[in-house]
Amino acid sequence: MMNTINNKRTMTVNGMPVPIEGEKNLLEIIRKAGFDMPTLCYYSKLSTYGACRMCIVEDKRGDIMASCSTPPRAGMEIKTNTPRLREYRKMILELMLADHNRDCTTCEKRQNCQLKELAERFGIDDVRFETYSMDGTKDSSSPAIIRHPDKCILCGDCVRVCDEIQRVGAIDFVNRGSRMEVQPAFNMPIAETKCVNCGQCAAVCPTAAITIRSNVAELWEMLADDNTIVQAQIAPAVRVALGDEFNFEKGENVMGKIVAALRKIGFDDVYDTATGADFTVIEEAREFVAKLESGENLPLFTSCCPAWFKYAENYHPELLDNLSSCKSPMEMFGSILKEKANRQAEATKSKKKTKVVAIMPCTAKKHEIHQERGMFEGEQAVDLSITTQELADMIRETGLNFEELQPEPIDMPFGIASGAGIIFGVTGGVTEAVIRHVVDPEDRNTLAEIAFTGVRGLEGVKEVKLPYGEDREISIAIVSGLRNAENLIQAIQKGEAYYDFIEVMACKGGCIAGAGQPFVEDRARVERSEGMYEADRMSNVRTSQSNPIAEALYKDLLKGDNAHRLLHYK
Amino acid sequence: MKINNRNELIKRREEYLAHLETQKKKVYVCGGTGCVAGGSMEIYEELKRLIEEKGLRCDITLEADACGDSIGLKKSGCHGFCEMGPVLRIEPAKLFYLKVKPEDCEDIVEKSIVNDEIVDSLIYTRDGIKYPVQEEIPFYKHQTRIVLEDCGQIDAEAIREYIAYGGYSALEKCLFDIDRDEIVKTIYDSNLRGRGGGGFPAGRKWTQVKAQKSPIKYVVCNGDEGDPGAFMDRSIMEGDPHKMLEGMMIAGYAAGATEGYIYVRAEYPLAVERLEKAIAQAREVGILGENILGTDFCFDIHIVKGAGAFVCGEGSALTTSIEGFRGMPRVKPPRTVEQGLFGKPTLLNNVETFANVPIIIQKGADWYKTIGPEKSPGTKAFALTGNIVNTGLIEVPMGTTLRQIIYDIGGGIRGGKKFKAVQIGGPSGGCLTEEHLDLPLDFDSLKKAGAMIGSGGLVVMDEDTCMVEVARFFMNFTQNESCGKCVPCREGTRRMLDILEKIVAGNGEMSDLDTLEKLADTITSTALCGLGKTAANPVVSTLKYFRDEYVEHIVDKKCRTKNCQALKSIFIDAESCKGCSLCSRVCPVGAISGKVKEPFVIDASKCIKCGACIEKCKFNAIKED
Repeated sequence: MMNTINNKRTMTVNGMPVPIEGEKNLLEIIRKAGFDMPTLCYYSKLSTYGACRMCIVEDKRGDIMASCSTPPRAGMEIKTNTPRLREYRKMILELMLADHNRDCTTCEKRQNCQLKELAERFGIDDVRFETYSMDGTKDSSSPAIIRHPDKCILCGDCVRVCDEIQRVGAIDFVNRGSRMEVQPAFNMPIAETKCVNCGQCAAVCPTAAITIRSNVAELWEMLADDNTIVQAQIAPAVRVALGDEFNFEKGENVMGKIVAALRKIGFDDVYDTATGADFTVIEEAREFVAKLESGENLPLFTSCCPAWFKYAENYHPELLDNLSSCKSPMEMFGSILKEKANRQAEATKSKKKTKVVAIMPCTAKKHEIHQERGMFEGEQAVDLSITTQELADMIRETGLNFEELQPEPIDMPFGIASGAGIIFGVTGGVTEAVIRHVVDPEDRNTLAEIAFTGVRGLEGVKEVKLPYGEDREISIAIVSGLRNAENLIQAIQKGEAYYDFIEVMACKGGCIAGAGQPFVEDRARVERSEGMYEADRMSNVRTSQSNPIAEALYKDLLKGDNAHRLLHYK
Repeated sequence: MKINNRNELIKRREEYLAHLETQKKKVYVCGGTGCVAGGSMEIYEELKRLIEEKGLRCDITLEADACGDSIGLKKSGCHGFCEMGPVLRIEPAKLFYLKVKPEDCEDIVEKSIVNDEIVDSLIYTRDGIKYPVQEEIPFYKHQTRIVLEDCGQIDAEAIREYIAYGGYSALEKCLFDIDRDEIVKTIYDSNLRGRGGGGFPAGRKWTQVKAQKSPIKYVVCNGDEGDPGAFMDRSIMEGDPHKMLEGMMIAGYAAGATEGYIYVRAEYPLAVERLEKAIAQAREVGILGENILGTDFCFDIHIVKGAGAFVCGEGSALTTSIEGFRGMPRVKPPRTVEQGLFGKPTLLNNVETFANVPIIIQKGADWYKTIGPEKSPGTKAFALTGNIVNTGLIEVPMGTTLRQIIYDIGGGIRGGKKFKAVQIGGPSGGCLTEEHLDLPLDFDSLKKAGAMIGSGGLVVMDEDTCMVEVARFFMNFTQNESCGKCVPCREGTRRMLDILEKIVAGNGEMSDLDTLEKLADTITSTALCGLGKTAANPVVSTLKYFRDEYVEHIVDKKCRTKNCQALKSIFIDAESCKGCSLCSRVCPVGAISGKVKEPFVIDASKCIKCGACIEKCKFNAIKED
């Protein structure tokens, strides 16, 4: 056996030579060779856990190994589909299925359960073991996620994402052997733990052991009520992800179709949360400039990500004064819509209620809408928050042919959003939008320059330095993933780092990778982020302050104290 | 008082030894867990009181000035002959007293301490022959004690005695006479293999850790002895803790580590206590800590108590547990030698392995290889239990046969019964049968026979043992102790247990054997860690050697050993029954009825097979089938 081809080290997979090009494990090599290995516990961004044993391979000596955790060596000869491997995989799948609640037809994950998919793929049409009794208990304490322990296959993906990426550790394994379960500490309801509602656990869960709470039923009720005006606001990241559910190219912007779909579904008005984001930019930039001048409570942390906000409340109450006093774009826009509706109702003496529904890439928004900081006159500014996936469900339920819908523009009087508002959906977007405002607003060259300062890109931690004024430099950090945020905070608190402005997004890559989005691994995140920047490039208004709606509102609805009352939580 | 350099150590050693030699007699009361539970500490206190009452000087520590006629009274480690405990040894006559009670102390002091007589009633007697001298007793005569050499013959709580008898001279040799490469080479050349179960060559591990470039490295001692019935490591930790510490320090010096951890089960409180004492003493004299013996070698040792999970005996689970996380094995690579404890290169060996190190350093690799087979040299400590005459802790050269252990040392099967099998290596091991009696016990021969030395548990079983029940017992253990991480071990062992329970309950089907074998194959081939890969061994080996018993349980619904309650039936032999009605009165469930003076009958549907009637019947009329 030759171990090199063109001086590259090689090995063989099912008899075919494959070069080894820095792959960290056999799994990557096998996938490169064109064979899709089954896995239930492998995500390249998490540590290798090696528990499901589905990705086993056999070498020429008959040794069996898990490909996820075996590094490739030159000269290795492995097979991925031998009679022994098939038998073991079937046995392992049967063992998992026999200890799994198999009410598949009524399961939330029936469309995309990885366990079901593997059972189909490996032809499991009979389970030779008796199924252990399933008590069907649920933990539905959280507004964001629901736990169904008897659907858990103990792959540990949720445990690792919660700890390794988010550093929250709200759930972990308890008990040994066949009594093992994933639980919050002391089996408390998840809502009473330090869970930040980011939903990443549900996003990586291969089955329905953790799912995202659906509010679709409530929304149908709301839409059916003739005495309620239902207004929708669509978050920036939704438009580049919903297409995944309807066979569009990854990252394609389907905003116009979403607007059309929402109208057909029955929404009275359809708006863009990016418009709300424009107000956030203006308000937060003002706040930042004021703080830069006074030097108080720096660094200024963004506060628009609700999972980050809860994380700060849980773990860093000492930093709450450093979090921006601005409401999130969703809540700002909700408050503006409610104020506008109130004024209109007064003027027209209408008895109709107005409800605001947010369509978000995010699960933590389901928690945020109930928090006092977003309230409008003591009531919820946003009445309901549904995810991109829930919207897809509604489109299907309505029977719309989404691919064929003709794009429609968003409604007036809030029908314009700036590119700056749109890029809120990707990590670095808030920062770029604020910089556009703080630096030279009208200079297009400057805008182009900012784009290349390092704010863009999906790395977990980015640093940017910008000249400010005559002799000052602003130091900015952009982090996504709460563990990255924690590391940064600790460095700051130890005096090892200094920043003036820090953007934090809980989900790695920002809102485009929110847990409410159709789940994708890394490559598609890049495509979604490109979709966001493309939307920015195509927009007529690039900066928030040049949005004519903003200008108009500040002269009217947001005049005087109103701006602070409606747009800030403290 | 701190020992600052080599000369001071040598001087101190001479002083302590001289002092010990002035003790007219030395009394070693066994302070092992078994004897302590049997009341040996009361005996210790009683002896102390009586010795002082006689006006003799009782030397508890080597604190005071040496004086010619003192009596040294010591708490020793485990002597190994646990079923005969509490035991004590008196030197220089090497007298060995068994099953000592506090009321025997008066006699012991009078006869054997004040005078030179033997207390006849306390010595070992077998086949009419009396064995007053410990070394003459057959149980000891056939052993070769290297690791356990001092266990029972040294005060387990006194570093001074350890030093006096040459302790820490191997460390001294390493620090002053040979270089690090030579230490590692000596261990490498000695072919010492890890005593924890796998038998991985220790020298190779040491070489690998030494070669790592990291400035921080760790030495970790695995004292998480989890096999049911095994207590070799416990005895070493309790009986001769310094020997193991010395081994760890040598490893640390050779590999370039400055910190060591001992992971010991919390269920071993005495071992923890002795280790804590030993570490404190070693720190006090400067053998642990900064600049040991005036050199630039710094080393300290910490104890971490494990919460009792069997899986934490697996290297990566153990280091994870020390770090404060749930003890679960992780995937390898990286291996522990590269990234072990706290992500640093880690030299991990078990207690017995480290305890072998000082003597290898002292006497050399060539000497070591003269004991046992060359590829698997040295001795092995075994915990001998089950249906055997002499149970206890033994040490024999590798390569000793089962027959020698069971018959020469163990004294054969209890009650003259027939030997059936021996479970070796605990729940991860397999069972060996009559045909293996002359198999040399070493890593490679056992592996070939489908068993493993494991950490060294030997459970001897006689003809009355049901092998299906044995398999069920071990599977129950493994299933309970599976960490739950990988699917085959977590779910597979549970299913195997379900099937075994079904078979012993009389509900087995022949197809179950096929499923058992398929499950065993899947678990063995695909489990994540060593414990999972070996979890099915007890079932595989009993199925191989005792398949007929499984078939009997399934087809005939019979257990030939009558161990399986569900398969048992109890009936009254009408011919022998006198109709005394005693059985019907003792039956707790009212299953027996009849007319007085006529044969009684048992209602099988009510009978719970408790056997109370059998015990009560004066005419042996009630029988089991």
